[in-house]
Amino acid sequence: MNQETNQAKSEMKRGRLSIKPDSEVLPICDGAVKRRRSAAVGFLCSQSQQHDSVEDWGNLPHHVVLHIFQYLSLVDRARASSVCRPWNDVFHIPDLWRRFEFELNQPATSYLKSTHPDLIQQIIKRHAQHLQYVSFKVDSCTESAEAACDILSQLVNCTIKTLGLISTARPSFMNVSQSHFVSALTVVFVNSKSLSSIKIDDTPVDDPSLKVLVANNSDTLKLLKMSSCPHVSPAGILCVADQCHGLRELALNYHLLSDELLLALSSEKHVHLEHLRIDVVSENPGQTQFHTIKKSSWDAVVHHSPKVNIVMYFFLYEEEFDPFFCEQTPVTHLYFGRAVSKEMLGRIGLNCPRLVELVVCANGLEPLDEELIRIAERCKNLTAIGLGECEVTCSGFIEFVKMCGSRLTQLSIMEEVLVPDNSYSLEQIHNEVSKYLGRMWFPDMMPTW
Amino acid sequence: MVVNSVHWFRKGLRLHDNPALQEALNGADTVRCVYILDPWFAGSANVGINRCRFLLESLEDLDTSLRKLNSRLFVVRGQPADVFPRLFKEWNVTRLTFEYDSEPYGKERDAMIIKMAKEFGIETVVRNSHTLYNLDKIIELNNNSPPLTFKRFQAIVNRLELPKKPLPTVTRQQMDSCWTDVLVNHDERFGVPSLEELGFKTQRLSPAVWKGGEMEALDRLKKHLDRKAWVANFERPQINVCSLIASPTGLSPYLRFGCLSSRLFYYELRDLYLKVRKHPNPPLSLFGQLLWREFFYTAATNNQNFDRMEGNPICVQIPWDHDPESLAKWAEGRTGFPWIDAIMTQLRQEGWIHPLARHAVACFLTRGDLWLSWESGMRVFEELLLDADWSINAGSWMWLSCSGFFQQFFHCYCPVGFGRRTDPSGEYIRRYIPKLKNYPNRYIYEPWNAPETVQKAADCVVGKDYPKPMINHAESSRLNIERMKQVYQQLSRYKGLSLLATVPTIQEEVEPPAMEDSGAHSSNDVCPAQPSRKALLRKRERPAEMQRAAACTQPKVQRISSAEGSADDQQ
Repeated sequence: MNQETNQAKSEMKRGRLSIKPDSEVLPICDGAVKRRRSAAVGFLCSQSQQHDSVEDWGNLPHHVVLHIFQYLSLVDRARASSVCRPWNDVFHIPDLWRRFEFELNQPATSYLKSTHPDLIQQIIKRHAQHLQYVSFKVDSCTESAEAACDILSQLVNCTIKTLGLISTARPSFMNVSQSHFVSALTVVFVNSKSLSSIKIDDTPVDDPSLKVLVANNSDTLKLLKMSSCPHVSPAGILCVADQCHGLRELALNYHLLSDELLLALSSEKHVHLEHLRIDVVSENPGQTQFHTIKKSSWDAVVHHSPKVNIVMYFFLYEEEFDPFFCEQTPVTHLYFGRAVSKEMLGRIGLNCPRLVELVVCANGLEPLDEELIRIAERCKNLTAIGLGECEVTCSGFIEFVKMCGSRLTQLSIMEEVLVPDNSYSLEQIHNEVSKYLGRMWFPDMMPTW
Repeated sequence: MVVNSVHWFRKGLRLHDNPALQEALNGADTVRCVYILDPWFAGSANVGINRCRFLLESLEDLDTSLRKLNSRLFVVRGQPADVFPRLFKEWNVTRLTFEYDSEPYGKERDAMIIKMAKEFGIETVVRNSHTLYNLDKIIELNNNSPPLTFKRFQAIVNRLELPKKPLPTVTRQQMDSCWTDVLVNHDERFGVPSLEELGFKTQRLSPAVWKGGEMEALDRLKKHLDRKAWVANFERPQINVCSLIASPTGLSPYLRFGCLSSRLFYYELRDLYLKVRKHPNPPLSLFGQLLWREFFYTAATNNQNFDRMEGNPICVQIPWDHDPESLAKWAEGRTGFPWIDAIMTQLRQEGWIHPLARHAVACFLTRGDLWLSWESGMRVFEELLLDADWSINAGSWMWLSCSGFFQQFFHCYCPVGFGRRTDPSGEYIRRYIPKLKNYPNRYIYEPWNAPETVQKAADCVVGKDYPKPMINHAESSRLNIERMKQVYQQLSRYKGLSLLATVPTIQEEVEPPAMEDSGAHSSNDVCPAQPSRKALLRKRERPAEMQRAAACTQPKVQRISSAEGSADDQQ
């Protein structure tokens, strides 16, 4: 940055446009002749002999400048806005401020830069009411999350439609005091009255704030993502499901899932549910008891929303899986972030007929041939499978692929998974598999040197 | 005309299969073999004692071999740019030879030296022998860009002719026809220094597990092949506790320093296979180890920013965390996860760890648990790992952290489970973390879960004698998979709910990840979405372009296609 400012300053001395010294400066062309109406104007060419050309640029119709500005990055636009008053006016046209992502990072904790504090002030002062699609990206430092909350608190008179609070590293929102966070969030909940999409995963949001959300936005809410929000209770989320009948997408942790919740999402008044994401996370083995959801509740969901995608992410110890998949479960996307037992994979084959994608990080050293074949047989919608640290014999694997055929659009198998046997070696396997898939296929590889 | 040759050893620390050295000897009157030791080499934090020791042992070995041929190795302290003018004058050098170095920094340095030599009227001869193939040829065959998937790389290599056959070693006869002027005070001026001389503390240094040098390398090669022949099995072995321990037939450090020629290894393997299997075409997988090396050398050769995230066109820009304390715990084996700590301890003590062990610790540092940048991990490996060449190290770290090469990121190595499945006996842990040796197998991978009585009985209480686990793995992996998904959702390959990406197969033309951000923005928006972080980062990466005042049209990302048209009209 310093280099550019110095260069521009030295060129300023040659008597070009007057530029506010403390704002970001445009580097200036030295004696350039060609006038170009390129949309990518990041630099300004000025001609020392023809002074009226300077005014020509400043007199471009607003809608032309607006059009050009839409091609510029925020940084370039901000610079361009310092050139002259008309351009500055265009910079502040509401249309350019509908969508904004606040990036809040501390140099000590992140490689990324931050949205300039002056710009943030300008936005709050002049554009709060224009903001409609807002997100906050914060790093792992508590200060960044607190800064986000401060901005949120000042967004009175706003009509925000989508709000996203995203931590890019450790969940720093969790370190903000709960009262501070909740009061900031409720400012937006109360004032917007037309929130349709909210992403507040890994935040200290609580039941009372959800009540406020519902009280003000029940007609418009369509998407709510709140995985890993430990201060919310099943009653809190039930309130949302009961009142927000337009809710189409919901992401939460398993402990918030209840039979009542599923029934509320399937009530007559409720729209079709499109996407339900459930995270099942264990603190320590045996510490959490996981409740079971009744089959009838699941059935109600599928009956009401036949196309619903139910995504489950498991981060459990092997011995904690007992409560799951004992009966038919309409899950479509399954991810096992740790080891999952052979028995469990067998159960999945039996009880998950709607399964579309299955990803297994690790299993162990017993071949999963039987389980995979059963899955191929019974999960007729399966199109994607990923296997990490598992074992399958080559013959078993080929049998599996043969049964699935070309419906398998994603087949991600680590090379180590495949155990050569009497029928097939590793060399031959990719030919066979490619044949049945109808496309070229290779296992995933890891470098070894 | 008198020909005074200097052969410059950098890697390629061997006399066998050394075409550049042969060129030095060819018709020369005098020859001197030189190694230039950068005085900052030892002082820099990034050379661990094992690496330095291995290098010095390799130099000693070269010196010994040269002595048998009535010559010596000349170790000169300094930087090549300073050292060479002096030597050129003192020795009246007319010919300079060295092995080709494909790494970007090496190419730059060599270009400068070649230019300098030319000014002295010196002929420079460079020969390629560190890699099996001519890397530029591979790049050419791949539409002038390096293959970014291993399968594609293999496909291209399949189309090439076999690598050049290894040359035999330098003979006494060859050396006899040219002589080396060895002065009385050679050892003082040009001797191989000791570790102490270079500033290392050696009081409590244990003997080297990997001994440097060409002789050791060739001996190991023979044993390696003997074992393969006996096993008659060329498949990749499964990992178990034995493979975790350093193998007396392991060859990777020797390939890195060039004590062993990769081409010799290639042909020995090939000949053995032909003999044992009686099959005319050995599969490419036979040369797995060698081809991975080639792959990374090829990927890196034209990319000066290969070892960093910013400014690296093939690296996905991931918002890693920045936490020196956590990094130190990982680097020093104090994470509280015995599997990780044992691996990092072995790495620090011996300089080598099994490839799967590398995956485990790399995953733990980056996308699995700590969410720290792969660049930090790469620097730690650079310091400690004997076979970590710049290209291979950086490339592997990008691979393992899912920052490049189109990796699926779902696969997470569990710091408890993976270790336990690899070595259920716990022997590896007990060997490298003796404090935990009395723990029963049930708890040795997760001592914090052991009841207090067990901990006390084992004489090692977690939190006191051994650190508590530094993170909760379930929580961290949950968070991190979300992070990865967030990052990758900006790339067009990941759509909707699927966790698995559509990765290119060998046939597809591939766009490097950094170029894909524009796909996320439709130019139909009245108010286009904020430019992605990538676009912003690219701007920051190239400040020089901002100052190109003459260039009034700064081509932006795709959007301006219509505008560009009109600009052309104007011209």
